[in-house]
Amino acid sequence: MSDRRSDRNGFEMRKDLFADERDDDLNEIGKRIRRQDIEGHVTGRSPFYDDHLFDGLLHIRCVRSPHHHARIRRIDTSEADRMEGVVRIVTGRDVPVNLNTLLSLLDFGLDDEPLLSEGKVAYRGEPVAAVIARTEAQARAATRTVRVDWEVLPHVLDVEEALKPGAPTVNETYPGNAFVYHGKYDHQKLRYGDVDRALAEADHVIEGRYQMSPIEQAPIETCGAIAAQEQNGRYVCYTGTQALFFSLGTASKLLELPSSRLHFIGGTVGGGFGGKVDSIHEPLAILGTMLTGQPCKSQWDREEEMQVGAPRGAERWYLTDGVMNDGRIVARKFTGYFDSGAYTRLTSYAVIKCAGHLPGPYTIPNVHADVYCVYTNRTPATAMRGFGITGVDFAIEAHMDKVAETVGLHPVELRILNAYRDGDMKAHRRLAKNCALVECCQVAAQKAGLRLSPDMLAASSKTGGGGPRAELPAHTATDQNGLVEGFSSGSYARKGGAPASPAIVATLPPGASAPASRPAAPAPEPKDPAPRPDAPRADTSPPARKPARSGAMRFSSLSGFRRR
Amino acid sequence: MTKIPVTLTHNGAERAAFADPGQNLLDFIRRGLGDLSPKYGCGQGSCGACTVTIDGETRLACLTLAETVEGCDVRTAAGLGQGATLDPLQQAFMDHFAAQCGYCTPGMLVSARALLDRNPNPTREEVVEAISGNLCRCTGYDPIIDAILSLAGRKASA
Repeated sequence: MSDRRSDRNGFEMRKDLFADERDDDLNEIGKRIRRQDIEGHVTGRSPFYDDHLFDGLLHIRCVRSPHHHARIRRIDTSEADRMEGVVRIVTGRDVPVNLNTLLSLLDFGLDDEPLLSEGKVAYRGEPVAAVIARTEAQARAATRTVRVDWEVLPHVLDVEEALKPGAPTVNETYPGNAFVYHGKYDHQKLRYGDVDRALAEADHVIEGRYQMSPIEQAPIETCGAIAAQEQNGRYVCYTGTQALFFSLGTASKLLELPSSRLHFIGGTVGGGFGGKVDSIHEPLAILGTMLTGQPCKSQWDREEEMQVGAPRGAERWYLTDGVMNDGRIVARKFTGYFDSGAYTRLTSYAVIKCAGHLPGPYTIPNVHADVYCVYTNRTPATAMRGFGITGVDFAIEAHMDKVAETVGLHPVELRILNAYRDGDMKAHRRLAKNCALVECCQVAAQKAGLRLSPDMLAASSKTGGGGPRAELPAHTATDQNGLVEGFSSGSYARKGGAPASPAIVATLPPGASAPASRPAAPAPEPKDPAPRPDAPRADTSPPARKPARSGAMRFSSLSGFRRR
Repeated sequence: MTKIPVTLTHNGAERAAFADPGQNLLDFIRRGLGDLSPKYGCGQGSCGACTVTIDGETRLACLTLAETVEGCDVRTAAGLGQGATLDPLQQAFMDHFAAQCGYCTPGMLVSARALLDRNPNPTREEVVEAISGNLCRCTGYDPIIDAILSLAGRKASA
């Protein structure tokens, strides 16, 4: 075709596709663009956080747990106090508010993680004290002389083991080792149609188990921050954070300082990939400065970056597909386990994001998912390049190949057959639009020299969708499996009352008649053009609580809750 | 702690500063000489972000003791170019989008400049070999290799 353009790397502009939807006013595409910051990069003058020099800079190094799970009986710093160059040793008692969860500012989970742990540790490498010394080498030497009296506890490193009765409690905030969604369930539910009935009627039932390892972001610049006193009662903090206002808010909360006394400077980050949102170094560096009156730097070395820096968490997935002989997928059931490690950080959010992505880019009329955010005695997980999505996509696409093999279709044809078309209803109750998977498959097949059938070549994302495919299922099977007591939904900001000991109270056997309830998936908003189902829904409970605000806060309403 | 006086040529200028015993060259260049272009990425010789040349040879500053460069000619990325005029290699990196976060760039430039100075017309394989000790996590290596290769055959800079 005439309007294909290739550059020498084989990158091709396929302007023949969706030509009528595009006005070609993207003037930068295909042109050589210069980054606005690249002159600083090639001259070595870009100011990374560590490129700010301070006289009398002190260095912070943490004393870390050698155990996966242990109670701290006593921390003896007397020898370290006498080490050369040591200025101050900091423990959890020095942290004004020593409990936080990273997304508390988004109303997304309960405070569950100390800056410096006092009672116990729940992963190897968890910090229990910080040594502040004149040189990095002195700080490092002194950490080795801090004596911690550990009472080693049994640990659990596997997501499914962690959910079994009798497993050690990793995170006391969530005694069942699972994050609590909507103040109600030990997992995030997605219910759409009736998967069990569709599986019973399908020609093939195809099962699979998939799992992904944690992935370290591995930026070339390790995480860190430098803090110093300013002359106006404020603290300046130079940081490599990817999330300046997360870090500002987190420091403000942990240190009980109004954010007006914190002057954060960031913006030049030596690679992030998600690993620089956890806001650990900023509060530590500022606390060091508050306690010593001198500028302080907290910086991971490479080993810490790899060992205690939070990775993308591991995931394990079980998929069951119901498939007809012609390759149509009529049901897809997921059970997923996200390994959050010892604390929540961003995994609660990753699970919500994931549930909204299921069942992948395919129109499947019956979808069921139980997705767990599980606590184990592993390094806490956090953001990393598409976290929540890329892991389950691996499972879905590996499973698609297995399905194709079972029904005797080429994997590309199976994908074209089941791909979203414009106007289709998705399992999270939004209409699909601007779909392009069919066209991507056609181009990929052509590039690979694969001959597609005329039907497949004629398929288009713009035709065949909508109509009955735009309708919600006539009946959605719901349940209350995994109901949890002791938590209540509502705004974290209004958290109050005495803490209770939450416990999993009911796991109904399959088929048991559960009290009617709404599916946990987000309800359609009034402006949603989706037609309402004709059949009455087994739904007599009051409408879902309306979030007080729209936008980002809407997410929080999905899992914002408090302990009763 | 007894300080050790170190006299050296740094990017063409005579410099003298005190080093601590055991201080590595990376820390000495950054804090002692105030040249912040070499970066700390690992402190164990794995990443190449601290690459400098010592008497024309590429070296990892994090694995070099500061006191051992007494009397040596040490060059860093900050010494590339002449005043406001960029080295053609820096210009090529800009033109080829050969940096994203920029943290590996100074070390990458030092390795590439050393290659072009000793071999003004390298093959792609020789370029790959020359930067094999410099890790980049962002851009992928192709734009960097393309930038360096765009200077192949041109006269080496002074």
